[in-house]
Amino acid sequence: MSTTYYTEEHEWLRVEGDVATVGITNHAQEQLGDLVFVDLPAPGNSVEQGDDVVVVESVKAASDVYAPASGEILEVNESLGGDASLVNSGAEGDGWLYKMKLSKPAELDQLMDKAAYDASIA
Amino acid sequence: MTQNPFLERHIGPGDTDQRAMLNKLGMTSLEALISQTVPASIRMEGEVSIPDGIGEEAALAELFAKMDKNVAAKAMIGQGYHGTHVPPVIQRNMFENPGWYTAYTPYQPEISQGRLEMLFHFQTLVAELTGLPIANASLLDEATAIAEAAGIAYRHHRQKRQRIVVANKVHPQSLDVLKTRASTIGFTVDDGDIDDTVAAVILQLPDTEGALSNPDAIVEAAKSVNALVIVSADPMSLVLLEAPGSWGADICVGSMQRFGVPLGNGGPHAAYMAASDALTRLVPGRLIGESIDAHGRPAYRLALQTREQHIRREKATSNICTAQALLANMAAAYAIWHGPAGLKAIAERIHGLAARFCNALTASGFSVASGKFFDTITVTSAGNAEAIFNAAEASGYLIRVINADTVSVAFDETSTEADLEVLCDIFGVKIVDAPKSNLTASRNFDSFLSQEIFHSCRSETEMMRLLRKLMDKDLALDRAMIPLGSCTMKLNAAAEMMPVSWNKTANIHPFAPAHHLKGYQVMTDDLDRWLSDLTGFAKVSLQPNAGSQGEYAGLLAIRGYHEANGQGHRNICLIPSSAHGTNPASAQMAGYDVVVVKCNAEGDVDLADLTAKATKHSENLAALMITYPSTHGVFEAEIREICAKVHEHGGQVYLDGANLNALVGLARPGDLGADVCHMNLHKTFCIPHGGGGPGVGPIGVAPQLVPHLPGHVVQGSNGAVSAAPHGSASILPISWMYVRMLGGNGLKVASEIAILNANYIAERLKDHYPILFTGKNGRVAHECIVDVRPLKDSAGVSVDDVAKRLIDYGFHAPTMSWPVAGTLMVEPTESEPLAEIDRFIEAMIAIREEAREVEKGTWPKDNNPLHNAPHTAAELTADVWSHPYSRSMAAYPNGVDIASKYWMPVSRVDNLHGDRNLVCSCPPLENYAVG
Repeated sequence: MSTTYYTEEHEWLRVEGDVATVGITNHAQEQLGDLVFVDLPAPGNSVEQGDDVVVVESVKAASDVYAPASGEILEVNESLGGDASLVNSGAEGDGWLYKMKLSKPAELDQLMDKAAYDASIA
Repeated sequence: MTQNPFLERHIGPGDTDQRAMLNKLGMTSLEALISQTVPASIRMEGEVSIPDGIGEEAALAELFAKMDKNVAAKAMIGQGYHGTHVPPVIQRNMFENPGWYTAYTPYQPEISQGRLEMLFHFQTLVAELTGLPIANASLLDEATAIAEAAGIAYRHHRQKRQRIVVANKVHPQSLDVLKTRASTIGFTVDDGDIDDTVAAVILQLPDTEGALSNPDAIVEAAKSVNALVIVSADPMSLVLLEAPGSWGADICVGSMQRFGVPLGNGGPHAAYMAASDALTRLVPGRLIGESIDAHGRPAYRLALQTREQHIRREKATSNICTAQALLANMAAAYAIWHGPAGLKAIAERIHGLAARFCNALTASGFSVASGKFFDTITVTSAGNAEAIFNAAEASGYLIRVINADTVSVAFDETSTEADLEVLCDIFGVKIVDAPKSNLTASRNFDSFLSQEIFHSCRSETEMMRLLRKLMDKDLALDRAMIPLGSCTMKLNAAAEMMPVSWNKTANIHPFAPAHHLKGYQVMTDDLDRWLSDLTGFAKVSLQPNAGSQGEYAGLLAIRGYHEANGQGHRNICLIPSSAHGTNPASAQMAGYDVVVVKCNAEGDVDLADLTAKATKHSENLAALMITYPSTHGVFEAEIREICAKVHEHGGQVYLDGANLNALVGLARPGDLGADVCHMNLHKTFCIPHGGGGPGVGPIGVAPQLVPHLPGHVVQGSNGAVSAAPHGSASILPISWMYVRMLGGNGLKVASEIAILNANYIAERLKDHYPILFTGKNGRVAHECIVDVRPLKDSAGVSVDDVAKRLIDYGFHAPTMSWPVAGTLMVEPTESEPLAEIDRFIEAMIAIREEAREVEKGTWPKDNNPLHNAPHTAAELTADVWSHPYSRSMAAYPNGVDIASKYWMPVSRVDNLHGDRNLVCSCPPLENYAVG
């Protein structure tokens, strides 16, 4: 059973136990346009909530993606290396960015659920 | 009446036109317009003390007499700079051809295919020489290229490894620049052990004394700890040697100067950089990529721009902006002209002369450095270095003195059998019959430069036509106005350009002794004095060889000043949100943390926010970087107050001189309170843009910063930012000629007319488009921002659509989406005549009317002349035409002259395809083999 959280910075986390899968929202990818490159972190890195850990690039812009929670990077989505457009076609599915082990689960309390996020971008 | 014959040639609008333009603005005189535009509070008192202008012939004669004091000896100093023959076909058809040198950086690919293609060949050449796949389209010089490579390694290891190890004898100037760069970025430079604290190992081949040692042990040591291997290599030696990429180099850099670019007392020359695939995103500078156009045909463009300062700002890979496009193109043309067989013959002949010289010396008992070499022989003769140098000089040769006992002699393409004989005489030795080589050519020539282009020009007819064909694809200043805001695409007059080709300008080695450089000294002293006077500063350094380098050097001067005052902890650099991207990128390179200051709705610096941030960071405030007039093209009346506020909190003020063309003769940065300012000589002072370089970015400084200007190792100091003491010295005469011909008063008139031209455009366009940001009296400075964003909502027409449609009308687009996204910034300069300005205005108005047809529904949003622009001849003559507007409407809108229309070679270039499928060099022919 998983729970999905959202941030004001347009990231989502799908949490199962103490592991979260992280990506950017469909709304975010629409705003960014066609992506050409995703710069992913190295597994094993520890990150704090709010750190810039990923860079997503379109032809004309590079945008930081912040860590929505603190923890250790477990795994990154290797298929993005060959095809950044997966983020466009499946931002909240196949286009996930990385998985992390949460070190401060209490941080999740600050985040939004889907209804609150949808309302925030409406 | 003016006594200044050249001024009338430099200024676009004549007296009658000026009156008509003033009339349109409702003004009775130019002075009245300037009073409305330039706030009284910033106007300079009195006038600059630059002498009155003189005519072209008189100025050329005066400069010739000065430069004649240089000594054009046969320079066999080496140390990164070598004699070369500029092929006459390249000299005349490219180097001295405005179709090549007046073009802008190829941001608009549809009108830049010619130089993009030649730069692509340059990248292919570099990839072939180095054996590394990702070659960029040039860097500023060899020394900064090494520093950039070290920066890549530091980033590659995510700042966790702080050591860069220099593993053999690199050129002293490279080490000087590298150490300057290291001091602020955060890495250190040493020659110690290679362990896992090392980000990269630097190896120069041949080393600065000519030795070609076996790199295997060093490469192995580096690989064992995952340190990158950076190789700085002479490209002429690489013609014969195995490509460094094949034996472990991760990054390879060097200078392409000896591929047909004059010595020019140090520059401009193109440095090259190539890297492995894994480092692609860390490579700085322009990268030309192949993509496709809207009809699927191949087309070139600038690739992966998100690495660069104009997008990434303080997170960019480097602050580099302008590179050395013209010189890179010359090097590529040189390789095409000679082809692989010709290059091999040149390299072998150079090596043969060096080998025979070496044999002659050893046969007579001289002590010569042992081991392999390419072109440089280092000789030891106890206590005799000076005597040998003097004997050589007396015979018209310059050799390098390494120390009191050691000299070196570097052979080059221009060296002859007669030179060898004279040199042997100088050393008192005789040529002996012995093997002509100590070098085994290890390159596989079967596959070297197998691409078709390097086999296409054996005859001069073919070469001449290739250069013409490529040039014709591009829209440069010789064909139409290039109204790029912030870029100052003014006239590069022929008389200004001529001294660059003079023998005693071009054929001068940068490390020649001072008494050989007296002409350069007098010329640069003049420029120092004039530029100091125009900017209100105490001293000017001409060393920075690009505007970005000027920013960096200026911030280093500020840093040095704070450190000297025991304030070295100051590390905050305030930068307005409207700043050019190089500002934060330079601040980051200078080791500063960037704090962004807001701009208000008028586009001015938000004084309250500035005050708050200066106060908050008072203890640590190092500098403010501010552009004046602002990047929005407005003279902010509060500039003095802003400078005073920064000083109050202990900071220094860096004024970005990108917009100096609106100030010269009217106001001086030094008087406004700035402590340092860079001048883009390639904007305000007439050096052409070269299709993306060269640029020159000297800095002027207030008295307290003079001790902190860049030094140079060959001048007995340090802190160099460029490889040569005077940077790109050989193009400084262009600016000398401009200042001398216009004189103090003429320079002021140029600024006034630049302001008149911009305000005329703003006035005539304001009923068709909103004009953003004007001063208190509704005037703009020397440029104006035209807002096309409303068309996006009303007609689905983007700023790109407008820019590309302007190509159909025969124009280079204005600056797009900067400093305000979705808008166009127009800078006509003083050199554009009224007729051309009117043609541009009429085109912009016609485009507005075309958008109106879309608004009305006459044409669909996704099938109209704007959306489909630009229209190529191929599309217009195709059998099928599926647009709801006519072919003539597409090709000849609003009276575009049928007889002189510019035809772009490709339709709109697909940026997404190019960045998703990076191709930045042409693969070898064998890759096309079938089966």
